[in-house]
Amino acid sequence: MSSATTVPAPRPPEKNYLNADWSLKSWLLSVDHKRIAILYLVSVSAFFMVGGLFAMMIRIELLTPAADLLSTDSYNRMFTQHGVVMIFFFLIPSIPAVFGNFVLPLMLGTIDVAFPRLNLASWYIYSLGGLFGVCAILFGGVDTGWTFYTPLSSVYSNSNVLLAAMGAFIAGFSSILTGMNFLVTIHRMRAPGMGWFRLPLFVWAMYATSIINILGTPVIAITLLLVMAERVAKLGIFDPALGGDPVLFQHLFWFYSHPAVYIMILPAMGVISELIAAFSRKRIFGYKFVAYSSVGIAVLGFLVWAHHMFTSGMSIYAATVFSVLTMLIAVPTAVKVINWITTMYRGSVAWETPMLYAVGFIGLFTIGGLTGLMLATLGINPHLHDTYFVVAHFHYVMVGGAIMGFMGALHYWWPKMTGRMYAQGWSKLSAILIFAGFNLTFFPQFLLGYMGMPRRYASYPEEFQVLNVMSSAGASILGVGYLLPAVYFGWSLWYGEKASRNPWGAVGLEWQAPSPPPVHNWDRDPVVTEVYDYTDETIVRELRQRAAIAREVPIG
Amino acid sequence: MAEQASAHGAHVPAHTGHGDAPLAHHFNSYEQQREASSLGMWFFIAQEVLFFGGLFTVYLVYRSRNALDFAIASSELDVFWGGLNTAVLIASSFTMAMAVRAAQLGKRNPLVLFLILTLLLGGVFVGIKYIEYTAKIEHHLFPGMSDFHFEVPPTVVEHFALSAERVAVMQQRARVFFSIYFAMTGLHALHMLIGMGLIVWLLFPAWKGRFNHDYHNPIENFGLYWHFVDLVWIFLFPLLYLLGRNIPHA
Amino acid sequence: METLRQFLPSFFQHLPLYPEQASTVAPAVDALYLAWVALSLIFSVLIVGATVYLGVRYRRRRVGDAGEADFEAPAVELLSMAVPFVIAMAMFVWGTKVYIDLRRPPEDAVEYFAFGKQWMWKYQHPNGLRQINDLTIPVDTPIKMTLASEDVLHAFFVPAFRVKQDVVPGRYNVVWFEATKTGQFRMFCAEYCGTDHSKMGGIVTVLEKEEYEAWLRGEGQPTASPAAAGEDLFTSLACSTCHGVEDSERGPSLHGLFGSEVRLASGTTIEVDERYLRESILNPLQKVRPGYLPLMPTYAGQVTEEQVVSLVTYIKGLTAPPAPEAGLAEVAGG
Repeated sequence: MSSATTVPAPRPPEKNYLNADWSLKSWLLSVDHKRIAILYLVSVSAFFMVGGLFAMMIRIELLTPAADLLSTDSYNRMFTQHGVVMIFFFLIPSIPAVFGNFVLPLMLGTIDVAFPRLNLASWYIYSLGGLFGVCAILFGGVDTGWTFYTPLSSVYSNSNVLLAAMGAFIAGFSSILTGMNFLVTIHRMRAPGMGWFRLPLFVWAMYATSIINILGTPVIAITLLLVMAERVAKLGIFDPALGGDPVLFQHLFWFYSHPAVYIMILPAMGVISELIAAFSRKRIFGYKFVAYSSVGIAVLGFLVWAHHMFTSGMSIYAATVFSVLTMLIAVPTAVKVINWITTMYRGSVAWETPMLYAVGFIGLFTIGGLTGLMLATLGINPHLHDTYFVVAHFHYVMVGGAIMGFMGALHYWWPKMTGRMYAQGWSKLSAILIFAGFNLTFFPQFLLGYMGMPRRYASYPEEFQVLNVMSSAGASILGVGYLLPAVYFGWSLWYGEKASRNPWGAVGLEWQAPSPPPVHNWDRDPVVTEVYDYTDETIVRELRQRAAIAREVPIG
Repeated sequence: MAEQASAHGAHVPAHTGHGDAPLAHHFNSYEQQREASSLGMWFFIAQEVLFFGGLFTVYLVYRSRNALDFAIASSELDVFWGGLNTAVLIASSFTMAMAVRAAQLGKRNPLVLFLILTLLLGGVFVGIKYIEYTAKIEHHLFPGMSDFHFEVPPTVVEHFALSAERVAVMQQRARVFFSIYFAMTGLHALHMLIGMGLIVWLLFPAWKGRFNHDYHNPIENFGLYWHFVDLVWIFLFPLLYLLGRNIPHA
Repeated sequence: METLRQFLPSFFQHLPLYPEQASTVAPAVDALYLAWVALSLIFSVLIVGATVYLGVRYRRRRVGDAGEADFEAPAVELLSMAVPFVIAMAMFVWGTKVYIDLRRPPEDAVEYFAFGKQWMWKYQHPNGLRQINDLTIPVDTPIKMTLASEDVLHAFFVPAFRVKQDVVPGRYNVVWFEATKTGQFRMFCAEYCGTDHSKMGGIVTVLEKEEYEAWLRGEGQPTASPAAAGEDLFTSLACSTCHGVEDSERGPSLHGLFGSEVRLASGTTIEVDERYLRESILNPLQKVRPGYLPLMPTYAGQVTEEQVVSLVTYIKGLTAPPAPEAGLAEVAGG
């Protein structure tokens, strides 16, 4: 590619999915899984910025003990909207809708998902839900917390609960339809020779995630519908004044929202499995264990929801059952972490940007997981529940896990999606800033939590200020870390070096397609081999040839 | 171990020997297309089960806590209309099954006939539901209205020797019962209406004779949906109308 | 080394690992917590260390290199399942043991009541004495507190006691604790409950048993000027939640009120004097200003006649605020 300058004669432009048609209509009505992935990438990035803005407002307010920059009402709206936007409109769709859509059909060696029009409909449904969410914010905001606990949400709050709940309700159906689409695609659209145990682990993760999506999401949908009915039509399901039970709402809410944690983290785990294998150039260690652990987490995830409610007054017996089930999740997650590490043993590890995110994920997720076990321990839970310890824990899982996975995936598949490379130095700097800023933001919150600072507090006692200032300082570093990619990715779109078919020298069918792929994905039939087979002679030979002739990434 | 993913190349398979039955470009065969759409429908029904499942959970929790109150409140429901509606829906499931059979055999006229019959039976169901809802609203039994009032029958008060406080509690729990009743049957009726809309939408291609041995998955999948909605009613009817009828009351 | 030794204690004084242990269960909870912290540290260091070591040891040396041949090691898989399983189960058993102690009040516990409402706490002592937001209890006495909510969810949380319990409308929950130290400890509402959630807290004062008895008899009340006592009461009764410097949705400002003429919802006007202020404290719904909902609870029975006098004296002294200007809060909250 670098020898392009020696070809002065104008060549017919390579047709790919990006330049096949430039009209706006061709994007908005596209049923191509790759274009829909790009639509999602733009939408979720926009919501990530909005949610990030709310996060910055929160951290600035918490610089001082008093509620001085924002009134308590405004602060309550900030953290509610931060949660609603980040969870329903960023984290849940993020990896599945963007990278699942883009690479899943490629990994399976097919030309699209099973239901392409439904796929486009999912994006429109998501956008409609997003529109409701944005309206809820613009028309005065919502202040119930993202958990919509009754009776605050169904009776007492006078903010835009209806709009926000409707937004989450509608966006939920987009997850359901995407989940259905992926499940059918994985079952019925695999290329000949692509057996279940030749599926990349990202596909296994998508499979597990999709199961949770179709079995969990409808429950939150009906629950939010009942909250709306209670608010509008005074149907008495959850309001104690009307004979209802607010704790039942919590059970139904967490029946979805705990598995939803795995909707957010499983795809990231799938990404990490891809990254570790690709940048160690070695088959993932214990492939079947890692694959089954995804399914195991999905199944176990449905049995532990009430660990969010140990202080609600549930019986000691029930608490014991939910505690022990929660502890069991340590097993499949530990299997994943250990197998990732063991994959690096005797590998050929390249410290490219995506690998930095993968290693960052392992470290941060380990802390997130261990503190999750602390929270599941009944003796400590009452003290830690609803304090900053919980806030720190789930940010280690959601930001340190899910978003690290998202960033890793973005840096890994960016050349495939856009056909361009990005600045390696800048991207590594950004990865390091994110890692450092993240820890400075959230580690102090563990200490704050054990010292007893409750979450969702606009003002706090003075003794908590030092740790809060540290956290806010870290957030500003984190913010810079997240803004940098917008700059170098934007630069890469116009000026980035052209990416080869397989810039990382990875196996996986998606790397057999051109970068960016043509509309129907393949310019030659993909070759299905054993999964992650870096020992296959033809692959190794090809790697070495490509290293010699094509652009190969520098060695870290 | 390498295998060629032959049929998945850049070429789009042409229509061969299947009349003008549509085969989407990303499928290799009618069989794959049919299996995919049918599997998709089953996953959709799985999510529907969980969607209604939330409501059934709410019902079971409150029913187990307030068994007597729910039994008394449910005696306000009309078993005749409910039973008739059950019969109507079972009949509509039969006509729907016949419609699927006709589509598989590629018989246009029976297909259209059975679809219209199914549509009519659906209409009867919704009409009866309308009659029931109107009666409930007239009797102030819709919790969404400010004049909601549930009168505990005097015979019940006497038989169970209920104190005034207990009667007040029963009235509040009856409110919960009717909230659940309207939520469950309302959601079910909404599914019926959506199903009827889909029949109208399917009638046009059916009339045009688009469905045949190779391409009938829309009818087949719609049939799955329709049977599922019927099945929900089969659970709703005894849970809401029948349970607790043996308790003596007015 | 010497400086370090001097520095460390002061460091932990400013950045302690756990809050003050002031209840019987606190040491057991902290031991459990510290055991977990130690375990977490060990595993984090092992995992991160292994990742970094392997990444450096096996870094790619030549472009195009692939990893060495695959190998399998069932022992690794077995260990990666067995080790977390055994540790998690051990910690589960230990944690459950502590939890049962946390949840089961002793037979001889003294019964107190707490009511949460947006956004204040009301306590009732066994002898019927009421307190608002701040709670005074005797040391070395197991206390079983029944919790009820008048509106939304709240949670009773005293970090120094390591106890927390949700307060759920429509049902009673119970929390118990036995203070082991005298002193003042913070109490928070830990379940988000709306606008002033972060202000819904108070101080738990633990007294020696005799002091508590004396306090109950009214001897423990501090003597101060009526205006100062009134100011304290104004804060401790959470009057300021609704009556701020400026009028709010829930209540009018009391600044500059005394001596002015106000219109009432009934249409008549009245001059604000001591009698009107007293009546509004004890029977607030009698004369409501237009535009305000009749929300204010009565304080009859919660404040003595003497305390009413203090409050009235304090309110008389509140001067009108300077001309209002658009504050940061309104701009940002817009």
